[in-house]
Amino acid sequence: MYTQGLDQKQKKSAADPADTPERLAAFQARIDAEEKIEPKDWMPSGYRKTLIRQMSQHAHSEIVGMLPEGNWITRAPTLRRKAILLAKVQDEAGHGLYIYGATETLGVSRDDLVADLLSGKAKYSSIFNYPTITWADIGTIGWLVDGAAIMNQIPLCRCSYGPYARAMVRVCKEESFHQRQGYEIMLELCRGTAEQKRMAQDALDRWWWPSLMMFGPSDKTSEHSAQSMAWKIKRISNDELRQKFVDVTVPQAEYLGLKMPDEDLVFDQKTGHYRFGEIDWQEFWEVLKGNGKCNRERLETRNRAHDEGRWVRQAARAYAEKQAARKAA
Amino acid sequence: MSKDQALIAYVTRMGDNAIVMAQRLSEWVGHGPELEEEMAMSNFALDYVGQARMFFSYAGELDGKRRSEDDICFLRDGWDYGNVLLVEQPNGDFGETIARLVLFETFYSLQLEALATSPATKLAEIAARAIKESTYHLRHASNWLIRLGDGTDESHRRVQNAIDRLWTYTAELFEADPVDQIMQSEWQGPDLTVLREHWHRQIDELLAKATLQKPEDGWMDSGGKGGHHSEHLGYILAEMQSMQRTYPGANW
Repeated sequence: MYTQGLDQKQKKSAADPADTPERLAAFQARIDAEEKIEPKDWMPSGYRKTLIRQMSQHAHSEIVGMLPEGNWITRAPTLRRKAILLAKVQDEAGHGLYIYGATETLGVSRDDLVADLLSGKAKYSSIFNYPTITWADIGTIGWLVDGAAIMNQIPLCRCSYGPYARAMVRVCKEESFHQRQGYEIMLELCRGTAEQKRMAQDALDRWWWPSLMMFGPSDKTSEHSAQSMAWKIKRISNDELRQKFVDVTVPQAEYLGLKMPDEDLVFDQKTGHYRFGEIDWQEFWEVLKGNGKCNRERLETRNRAHDEGRWVRQAARAYAEKQAARKAA
Repeated sequence: MSKDQALIAYVTRMGDNAIVMAQRLSEWVGHGPELEEEMAMSNFALDYVGQARMFFSYAGELDGKRRSEDDICFLRDGWDYGNVLLVEQPNGDFGETIARLVLFETFYSLQLEALATSPATKLAEIAARAIKESTYHLRHASNWLIRLGDGTDESHRRVQNAIDRLWTYTAELFEADPVDQIMQSEWQGPDLTVLREHWHRQIDELLAKATLQKPEDGWMDSGGKGGHHSEHLGYILAEMQSMQRTYPGANW
């Protein structure tokens, strides 16, 4: 997932009077003992808030993420690919629903969360503000974007909040299938014609750096990380996860015969890790602020769907009320 | 036309109906009134893609020209597509998509049921498998038709308009051309006259539950089965076939 926007500066809210030092200490002791926190347990208001923000952002990302991939369903090059892509997009809707459900255990409603997405108040992963121009983008999203998501999500399976951790176990299984099907698309392209290879390289060139940005700002500038680590919502830092992703992915690109769009990329024999070039953080912050290629479109699309669906939801409600009244009569 | 040729044409047409429905329903991804409905629509689309693959593969086996499911789907032009006009019509609003699903799936379920005992055993197998999906689609769409028909004034008006607009395409479902006739006489295909009666009975019942009026049969459009399509099919094919047409012979 998609925690990249969590590290933005938030206004410091006044301390909750219920968060007494005794309670906070007892809570931290449970966390340190690796106990899972469940919905009915007492939790600090900051813990609840952080989780609501992170989990809803995750759910929103699943839903907005359907758009760039949905863009290719009707044009998938074979029937088999069409079927796989449809199944994948359906999985994503399922993840969204599932995670919204898990977020509701924290005392918020899905309707309110969705309203925040539609108004632009809530964030979703910036990666979905990049366009899917060619079929190779569908392969690359599976390979890199889902690959990066899995890197992020596997530690979340051990997150201290029980419902989120359990949701992640299921989500991770499906994501790893998505990652494999993405890589398989790339393999097919790279074994294919010169045009197909060109398509694959072009997609990698466009998606590589945004994929690295998915892990969020560097640990040096990420202000929420420390508290989230102490609460064991986050287990591994942004930079560590990013490094892990680079180490796993570079050999995969080599196997495909593709060139990473990074002149500074080099394997460091001493550390056993790849060293890579500087990320363009300016681009990261711009896209986060709304200045990406598809930010406006994505939000407009979701808003249009919501507006155009209003009469349907009203009808469903009216019918349910009529039915209830008929039963009562 | 030989009985084998009729079977090939018939199976291909069934694949055509399925894939065109899949394309239309896929358009709802990212645009549904509720997440649950986006999932339902993409789920149905996936079922239809699966059915299209089975029909096209079978047609490819039968005609012995070594055509794959993809050759049949992506390398034929509109005049060789034999889907009915009803399925290629634009989605319209959610109510119109539901209305089309109801009108088509009521027919399709009955058609599949009849084919499940055909001596063309492979066709019978596909039909038996597809009927489970079709039954579920029909139940879901029928529930929505009732909700929308008996929901608010606006939803009632919208879905009534949708039924009225689509009605002109329903007669084609029951027009028996030589392919249908040979299917009936040689392969125990459905008797479309009988099927029509069943269809009307089910639709009458459902429209009543949904507090909707059944339209009168006026001028009824047709031609799809024979490859005479509306303007819409060309765009569906242009979009669906673009990769195969731009990169001929590539593997994906």
